[in-house]
Amino acid sequence: MINKIVPSVEAALADVRNGSTILIGGFGGAGVPAELIDALIAQGARELTVVNNNAGNAEYGVAALLKAGRVRKIVCSYPRQNDSHVFEGLYRAGKIELELVPQGTLSERMRAAGAGIGAFYTPTGYGTDLAKGKETRVIDGKHCVLEHPIHGDVALVKAEKGDRWGNLVYRKSARNFGPTMASAAKCTIAQVYEIAELGDLDPECIVTPGIFVTRVVRVLRKSTAQVINAEQAA
Amino acid sequence: MSYAKLTREQIAQRIANDIPEGAYVNLGIGMPTLVGNYLPRDREIILHSENGILGMGPAPAAGQADMDLINAGKEPVTLLTGGAYFHHTDSFAMMRGGHLDICVLGAFQISVGGDLANWHTGAKDAIPAVGGAMDLAVGAKNVWVMMEHLTKSGESKIVERCTYPLTGIGVVKRIYTDLAVIDVTPRVLVASRLVPGLSFDELQHLTGVPLLPSGDRAAA
Repeated sequence: MINKIVPSVEAALADVRNGSTILIGGFGGAGVPAELIDALIAQGARELTVVNNNAGNAEYGVAALLKAGRVRKIVCSYPRQNDSHVFEGLYRAGKIELELVPQGTLSERMRAAGAGIGAFYTPTGYGTDLAKGKETRVIDGKHCVLEHPIHGDVALVKAEKGDRWGNLVYRKSARNFGPTMASAAKCTIAQVYEIAELGDLDPECIVTPGIFVTRVVRVLRKSTAQVINAEQAA
Repeated sequence: MSYAKLTREQIAQRIANDIPEGAYVNLGIGMPTLVGNYLPRDREIILHSENGILGMGPAPAAGQADMDLINAGKEPVTLLTGGAYFHHTDSFAMMRGGHLDICVLGAFQISVGGDLANWHTGAKDAIPAVGGAMDLAVGAKNVWVMMEHLTKSGESKIVERCTYPLTGIGVVKRIYTDLAVIDVTPRVLVASRLVPGLSFDELQHLTGVPLLPSGDRAAA
């Protein structure tokens, strides 16, 4: 019997190695797998490369991981937010490497990894600082830049519900990078608020089929009040 | 003669009125977000948000915020009836694949050829951040820019050649400023809808590069 459900976030992350590339879902605060990130900090893996759209807010989530000194390099599109002081401090001190990637290219590079694409050409970024040193080519009269896949060793994603086969559904704009990251890593760990019985998720509406998911772990839903307090504290 | 510059809200209103029925539109973060407040009620215009929303609606009523439903600026929004959620790669396929009719972006500088600089001042101590700007710049069918005509120190933001780092080359179709509307055409920038009291000569004097008044377009 297939059972991808693991009993705890600690068990889900036990085998993460130093030097891994970790894809972490979320856009701003939506879809951030906060409990998995906290567990990754406790697990202790170091010298990580983190791929996330942002570079953390305030001192929780990705920012807490950065603050703990576990991240060697971050690959992201938008590290500059009102409350990204942890990243800014490390960046200005030369203690973290930044690879800045246009957001669609970031997403497509992970899609390419998940889909087995060798590399792809895109017009995005052509002629800009972010394409410096990259191969270019004119295709159908358009200047394009060659971009390579981003493979993850581990993906941490937040979904709403999952079942023991690893099928996932998400909630509203918290879906964001989750499905693409799930396909792009050797080991994809999904945190969910509800475990569904096999067959209860509508097969027409499953967003991430279980083939892309290695482990599913249930976490407790924070109350809306807790979430809003955390946002305000940020 | 004296003239009054348009407020940000007035520029937003102008842009909103120019968006046709049925258009799929992405509004950039910052000033362009204001356009959403002025969309004509008698038109169905579908707003796209890069983080996976079509049919994005206005901010929720007080106390109704759902932090799983946010816009590109990370502020809570709502979903209109008929709206949809999708993942990031699909969202950027819409942006990069030429499916959006219009995107409205802010800018530091625009060149005569429609080059756009809007993501980075290039200052050594600035943290660079690009988000979806480069994807929108090359992918939307029409890139409109909303900005003040002049910098705080009075320099034209429309320039011969951008000195700030580029976001995209030759991508801007139209510029809405607090003084006029400027269309980027293959050979020349064409100015129209000057604010009341502003003469073409004054606008030309303020703008660093040659303009053509829209009525003279045939003569270009």
